[in-house]
Parts: sequence; structure tokens; C-alpha cells
Amino acid sequence: MKGRLAAGIAGLAALIALPFVYRDPYHLHILVLILIWSFAYTSWSIMGRFGLVSLGHGGFMGIGAYVTALLWNHLGLSPWIGIPLSMAAAGALALVVGYPCFRFRITGHYFVLVTLALSGIVLQVVTATRDYTGGSLGYTPNRTRGSGLLALQFDDKTTWYLIALAVWVGGLLIWHWIDRSMSRYALEAISEDEDAAAAAGINVTAEKLKITLISALMTALAGAIYCQYQMFIAPDVVSGIAVSLQMVFAAIVGGLYVSFGPTVGAIITILLAETLRIGFGTQAVGWDNLVYGVLLVLFIIFLPKGILGSLLERVKLQRKPSPAA
Amino acid sequence: MLEVRGLVKRFGGFRAVNNVSFSVDQGEILGLIGPNGSGKSTIFNMLSGTLTPTAGSIVFDGHEIAGLAPHRIINRGIGRTFQIPRPFRRLSRFENVALAGFYGQGRHSRAKAEEAAERALAMVGLPTDRRATVDGLGAAGLKKLELAKALATGPKLLLADESLGGLDETEMEQAADMLRRIRDDLGITIIWVEHIMGVLMRVVDRVMVLDHGEKISEGLPSAVAADPRVIEVYLGTDAETTQAAAAEARRRAGG
Repeated sequence: MKGRLAAGIAGLAALIALPFVYRDPYHLHILVLILIWSFAYTSWSIMGRFGLVSLGHGGFMGIGAYVTALLWNHLGLSPWIGIPLSMAAAGALALVVGYPCFRFRITGHYFVLVTLALSGIVLQVVTATRDYTGGSLGYTPNRTRGSGLLALQFDDKTTWYLIALAVWVGGLLIWHWIDRSMSRYALEAISEDEDAAAAAGINVTAEKLKITLISALMTALAGAIYCQYQMFIAPDVVSGIAVSLQMVFAAIVGGLYVSFGPTVGAIITILLAETLRIGFGTQAVGWDNLVYGVLLVLFIIFLPKGILGSLLERVKLQRKPSPAA
Repeated sequence: MLEVRGLVKRFGGFRAVNNVSFSVDQGEILGLIGPNGSGKSTIFNMLSGTLTPTAGSIVFDGHEIAGLAPHRIINRGIGRTFQIPRPFRRLSRFENVALAGFYGQGRHSRAKAEEAAERALAMVGLPTDRRATVDGLGAAGLKKLELAKALATGPKLLLADESLGGLDETEMEQAADMLRRIRDDLGITIIWVEHIMGVLMRVVDRVMVLDHGEKISEGLPSAVAADPRVIEVYLGTDAETTQAAAAEARRRAGG
């Protein structure tokens, strides 16, 4: 345990030092994207690992991004206030959608369908209110003429890298905090048998709402950070069904049940998207989604614990001398 | 400690439970018997909050609990087991029981929950090994685990749902003795639903018999076993058991 903590601290120190040693802006850009999306995927997996498969997270991410940007452009509200407000908005929506679902036992495929509608609705709202949001053409937060810190706008990649790193580490800490809490056992129990969980004294609706709320708040934060970093958002990049599917894909491919799984998923998805973009250019627009779809089916069938999950399991098995041998 | 008045449960036009009233005293073991479909499990599910009664009242410790959510009823002190054990297979045995200890007793402390889990496992006679999995348990073991989960919630009243189904003779006797020990040592009041009359009659203080959702008989085991209405209900399907139980009850009453 101590060795792992030491390794974690050493790894974190190396990650913090990286941008001061290595300054290639393109590579740093890719790293920032990986960190932000890793955080988004981790946020999804926090509830996804308990069988609460949501296709609505694109919606939460979109709310995080758009609410923050709109408040800044129209009301001049600093993202430092805008981001918490956008998170609150996403959280409120999560409760409004989650409560009836959990109260009336909408689970499994039906829950997936309800959340799918949620992503679709957020996408439609963004497109329909194009006078404010720019619709499908996308939206740009106004450049600040004052303090970059107040506007959360920074030109250099190193600052963004460190912000994204902090958020990513925060996401992992929350993952571990939940993993070690009693709620984790409760949620595992709920995902197996809701009646039996209730008979153990668990307030099933409240536990599910709690985890959904945490997940939605984090996902909205991911959307807001993405918006501040890219200074450009479009509905198909931060909201909608495609983004939701991408989250499911990355979390499952990386490994749902291990903390670094979604990070591995982010590395794979972003490298895949970049390779397609550079290799095939505009001809390959949308190909990544096609590849995701095919891979997702293959993973669910052949490697349900994901790449990292399966690797770690293999290492564990090798370490333990097998009794049958 | 429990007062049930005019309990009714309708599923569409079908009355699964029709105007049933009964009470349970502190420290008593009440047997609840009846043929399949007589409404035993439906009554249990209403007592534990899984089903909401169509009409009637359930007063536990002076409070109306009819229609409360299951977790609230557990927190008031009514624990239950399921007819078919429902363990959480992704958790270890110990985690199964500790979970019930934590949430069943109002989420106080994890250390307390783990203590409750150890006590409950010891009570039912399962090892308190923290890493043992559920998969290693047979039918009798799963019943014990189910009982340990219910005990860990710290009940004042335990609803034991057909806890002997699928066990052999010796295991049945042991399980029946365990229920009695739970009452004697822990002072927990028990309502025990069972198909198998023989063993039940030996342990319970009082029996209530249901048929087609209605109470047809209630009283001491010896009296109920001799009740012509009860014999009629069980005759043909279970006559021998009924007679054996009656003999057993008479022997017990005499000795």
C-alpha cells in the first residue's frame, strides 16, 4: 500500500514537471485533451460501473459548456461563478430526470432510453436557440480584455495542462473515495437486486440519485473546462448522443471497474481521432464514431472488463500462485 | 408489539389478502402457515414495505407503518429474509452482512456495522472470514447468510420467510433450533412463514393459518393442528404432515 502511494506521488510529480521540460505545443495540446476527456469519462464511469448506463451525459457536458459561455458573453459573469452555476444546472436536471426513473424503477434498457432522450433534448435546445448559442455552427466565449485569471482564459498550454491535470487528479480521488465508501457496496447491491438491497435497509432511490448527481456535476465541470480551453464549442463536440456514446465507449474499452480505465479509454479515443484526422483529413469526418461503434460491440462481447481491467486481472492472477497447479 | 387490522391487498380483481387481522406479542414466535397462494408472502411483503396494502393498518411499536418504504421499515426494527435467498454475489459474505448492518441500523458507523456483521455471522454459525465469497455456499449456507443479513439490521421483529425450503431433515431441525435461539438469546420476536408444518409446530408459540387470503384458524399449535378447517385445507396434499404435527404438538403440550 505504501509502495503504491509512493509510486503515485512520484508519477504525479513527473506529470507536473512534464510541461516545464517538454514544450512541444501540439503534444501538450493532445495531453490536455486527454486529461479533460479522461476526467469526463471518469465522471461517466462513476455511475456507469454500477450498471447505471447513461446516454445523457453528453447533455450534462453541453450544459456545463454552454451555460458557462453564455453567462460570460451575455452577463459578463466570470467562469469562476459561471462554472458552479452550470454545474448546479446540470445537477438539477440530473435530479429532475433521475428521481422519477429511480422512484418508479426504470432500470436497464429503459433507463438508457430515457437518458438518451436527455442528450437529444439538450442538443435540440442548443440548435433551436441558435440566436443565442450559434446553433450547429458553434459558439465562442468572448476574449477578455482584462485579467486572464478572472476570465479563466490562458494563452499558454502549460497553464491549461496544469489545470487539466488538477481536475483529472480530482476525478480520480473522487473515484477512489466512492470506491472505498459504504455507498459503493450499497450501489453494487442495488445493481444486483433492488428489492434485496431495500431489505438490507438501503434507500435505493436516494443512493442512485446521489451517485447520479455527483456524476452529472463532474461531467458539467468537464464541459466547462473544455469550453474554456478550446474557446470554441459546438453541439456535436460537447453535447448530444455522439458525445454520450463516446463516453460509454471510452469507459468500457479502458475498463469500467478500475480507476485508470477511463483514462486509458481517453488515450485510445483521442489518439484514434487524431490519427484519423491527420491521416485522412476531412474525408474521415465521422469515421471515428463508426470505429467506436464496431469496437464497442467487440469489447462488450470479448473483453467486458476493458483493456486495463483485463490486464490488471491477468497480473493479479500471475502474482497469486495458482492452487490447482 | 405488532397490530394488524383489516389488512387487504388486491391485485386487479383478485384479493390476495382479504381483511386479515392479527397481533404479535413481544418475544413471541408466531407461525404463519397455509397452502400455496394463501397470501402468506403477500402479508410478509406488506409488513416489510415491499407491497403497499390496499386497505388496513399495520401498527408497529405504536406507529403506523403501512405503506412506508422498505428501508424505513427496516430502520424501525423489522428485518426480513426472502423465501429464496438473495445474496449479493459481487460482494463477499462479510460485506453482504456488514452492508445490512450499516444501512439497516441507520448508517451510524462502519466499525459498528462490522461488529454487527461478526455477531450475526457467529449467531447463524458461519465463519467470520472477511474474504470468503458467496459462491462457496450451498443451500443451507445461503439460508444462513440470508438470516445473518436480516439479523445484522438489528431487528426487534424478524420476518422469516419459508426459511427451511430446500434443506434436508437435519438441516431443517438445526434451522428451527436457530430461530428459537434467536428469540431466546437475542429477544427478537419472530413471524415465521413455512410450508413444512412439522418442524414449525415444534418451535412456534402460536400459529395462524391462511387460506385463499383469509385467516381460517389461529391459536396454540395443538389446537390449530386439530382444527377441522385446517385439516380440510391440508388434507389430500399434506394430511400426513398435519397429523404428525398434531401428534407432535400434543406430545409437547402433554410433556
